[in-house]
Amino acid sequence: MSKTRFVASDGLPAFLAFLSKDGSEILVPQEREATAKPSVFFAPWKNGDKFTLAKATVPPRRAVLPESEVLFRFRKTRKPDEPAQWETILADHMRQTPVVVFGCRPCDARGFDCLDRPYLKGLYEDPYYKARRERLTVITLTCDSGCETCFCHWVGGGPTSPQGSDILLTRIENGYILQAITPRGEEVLNKSQLEDGADKFPQAEEVRKKAWASLVPAPKLADAPKSLAKIFTNMDFWHHWTDRCISCGACTYFCPTCYCFNITDEGEPESATGGRRLRSWDNCMSSLYTREASGHNPRSHKAQRMRNRVSHKFWTFPENWGMYLCSGCGRCITRCPVHLDIRAITLAAIEAANAAGTEE
Amino acid sequence: MALLKDKELRIVGFLCNWCSYGGADTAGVARATQPTDLRIIRVPCTGRVDPLFIVKALLQGADGVLVSGCHPRDCHYSVGNYYARRRLEIVKRFLPVLGIDSNRFEYTWVSASEGQRWQQVVTSFTKQIHDLGPAPQLENAEPLLRLTDMALTPLHALGTNRNAPLEELKKAIKARLPELECVIGWQQGYDAAHAAPLFMKTPEDVDKLVWGPLNVENAVVYLPDLKDKKVGIVVKGCDSRSVVELLQEHLIYRDNVVIFSMPCEGTLDMGRVDAELGRYTRIDDVRYDEDAVTIVADGNEHRFCVMEYANGKCYSCVTPAAVLADERFGAPPPVNAGKVTPPELAMLDKMTLSERQGFWKAQMDRCIRCYACRNACPMCVCRDYCIAESREPHWMTQGSTPKDKLFFQTVHAVHLAGRCTGCGECQRACPVGIPILALRYQLARAVSEVFDGYAAGMKMYDIPPLMTYEPEEKNIHEKEWK
Repeated sequence: MSKTRFVASDGLPAFLAFLSKDGSEILVPQEREATAKPSVFFAPWKNGDKFTLAKATVPPRRAVLPESEVLFRFRKTRKPDEPAQWETILADHMRQTPVVVFGCRPCDARGFDCLDRPYLKGLYEDPYYKARRERLTVITLTCDSGCETCFCHWVGGGPTSPQGSDILLTRIENGYILQAITPRGEEVLNKSQLEDGADKFPQAEEVRKKAWASLVPAPKLADAPKSLAKIFTNMDFWHHWTDRCISCGACTYFCPTCYCFNITDEGEPESATGGRRLRSWDNCMSSLYTREASGHNPRSHKAQRMRNRVSHKFWTFPENWGMYLCSGCGRCITRCPVHLDIRAITLAAIEAANAAGTEE
Repeated sequence: MALLKDKELRIVGFLCNWCSYGGADTAGVARATQPTDLRIIRVPCTGRVDPLFIVKALLQGADGVLVSGCHPRDCHYSVGNYYARRRLEIVKRFLPVLGIDSNRFEYTWVSASEGQRWQQVVTSFTKQIHDLGPAPQLENAEPLLRLTDMALTPLHALGTNRNAPLEELKKAIKARLPELECVIGWQQGYDAAHAAPLFMKTPEDVDKLVWGPLNVENAVVYLPDLKDKKVGIVVKGCDSRSVVELLQEHLIYRDNVVIFSMPCEGTLDMGRVDAELGRYTRIDDVRYDEDAVTIVADGNEHRFCVMEYANGKCYSCVTPAAVLADERFGAPPPVNAGKVTPPELAMLDKMTLSERQGFWKAQMDRCIRCYACRNACPMCVCRDYCIAESREPHWMTQGSTPKDKLFFQTVHAVHLAGRCTGCGECQRACPVGIPILALRYQLARAVSEVFDGYAAGMKMYDIPPLMTYEPEEKNIHEKEWK
């Protein structure tokens, strides 16, 4: 059995303090009270800061893929001995600080596993991503129950899924059970002074079983890839299902698995401060995402863009990387200004493909 | 250009090529002594000065901004400074809501021959800025978190409007449907506690139409894209003002839109409703009584009295029914005379300038630039060509400090000056609940003060005040420099 530890409810701040001892940045969900919407954000924690274990409004994707990061700085100067010649100076910027994400949910942790595939497991590794990912520890709180807009169990996850986590945290009476999932998690638990949790582990298992029991049975998504392939050219379907989309980027920016980015060079290389290359989030819902320099846009209509998003998540990504590019967190549904529901679109696609199949 | 340490402050001047730039030249030729703080940017006309130049300079660290051009009625391009005068006056009244002292910005008129006047203008403006000292910067502000006070008395009764003649409306829509591409309304959203826009194309679609305080979205946002098709739209009073504003600006055609009006008794602030509901696995029931919606989630009852849970805009609403409609149903509640300051603006009014700066710093910190605010806005008509994302010109950095994000919000707000009807979609759509409506409200207030109580989107043949001018402005007084 994997290593387990127990921490009392009031022992969490001390545990966080222990985690930060080696200079790690601890990202913990924190409430922002000055907002009318229930908003919880991952923010760096210092001893004494309040925190919550509620599900965060924005997933912790920024731990490995910040909203905007400087990849490197560049400057052009004249060579001192040959003033006619320019010299270019590049300064790479790799993040060295280790980060602990504490209190994310299994859907958030699964997001890291999704991101790893394109960023680390393809032909090329992304060095900036890798620098952050190698220094990341993920401590995940298992969910006690399902939720109306959650559908993690549709896509291969679940309220207690360990995928992407180093340590699983489960709320039991008077405290939490910590269970190491990876060697890294085991190392953290070994170093901690927490008491052994083996005798209380059955309680955690009980809580986890209850969480699974609270779920509404999931429909089968196995046909999604081939269904989406089949209705790809059915534009009537896509126009119908995207009529109310307003083409903002909320669904993608609140997604723990979306990984598209944009590159921008800013600043003057010849100036004293030089220039910088920025990588920032980009989203496929924006018309600009595919607009070419010529002005031509292969995805000029929102229906084509939504088709791309759904197809990428439930057809092409699984085809390339072996898992859905969705962890079922439901944020794209709740945070969408017009409540577009990706579950409904995917199920309707399967149904439409089936109907087309019987007609043939 | 570097500053003389401790002696100079950073003042940016936008000078019209034909007058003030010449005036500055005249002053120079005459060897008139002037302070050296001002860094001049020559522009073809004050009409070229986008109010965003001013906001950007001030947000990026300028201690003062001066705009100077030809005297009114003496513009090289006849009317450039007439338009400029209106814009500059509005932006001056807008700055304080961002936490910027409005005395850090002035505009004035100096002709090419008035070298002496120029000397006077520069000297007194520079003194004004030195008296204020270096401008406080957003990055140094102390973040401030504060909640709006929602205990308000509305101008008309708020309730669920459960007796609204929905069946009658459905019948009328079905009757008009054959001549229309679609009719836009509301349907149940992802569960019974949420509504979402509905595009009705068949009579079966019409049966999905719902009415009540959950219909929060303003579906007018879809109209500009459909302007060449004949469509119908069901509107609340506030939504109808967006239709009128689009008509005023010729962004949709009157012949191509059929407006169905239902009276509204307020919509729910779904942010607060969702916070109260918390995490639930299913909605068991949604019931309506005269005053409240009762939502039963996982067996727990939550009663949302519209009077308490309405959106901020509903308390100051004076248009419970459409201001322009083709077909009207039901009777709207009577509206009392009076004025209610919207809660978001009232909150900022009570703050000092530095508190406001700290407030926006704390708020913008959580903006993730999804642009839901922009895309939900019915008046944001650049759509796919927004300067927020354009590389050429590169107006907005891709960096993500609170200051950069606040600048985007000013871009949105300033483009709405005199056009924003206060429908509140930007704030409602914001997935992280930033009270950005306050910026629009401040602009609307400035427009109302300067243009005799003008409110956007009320009358179809009005011209939005910043799209026109008067040779003699009634409420804009030219500054005397002494």
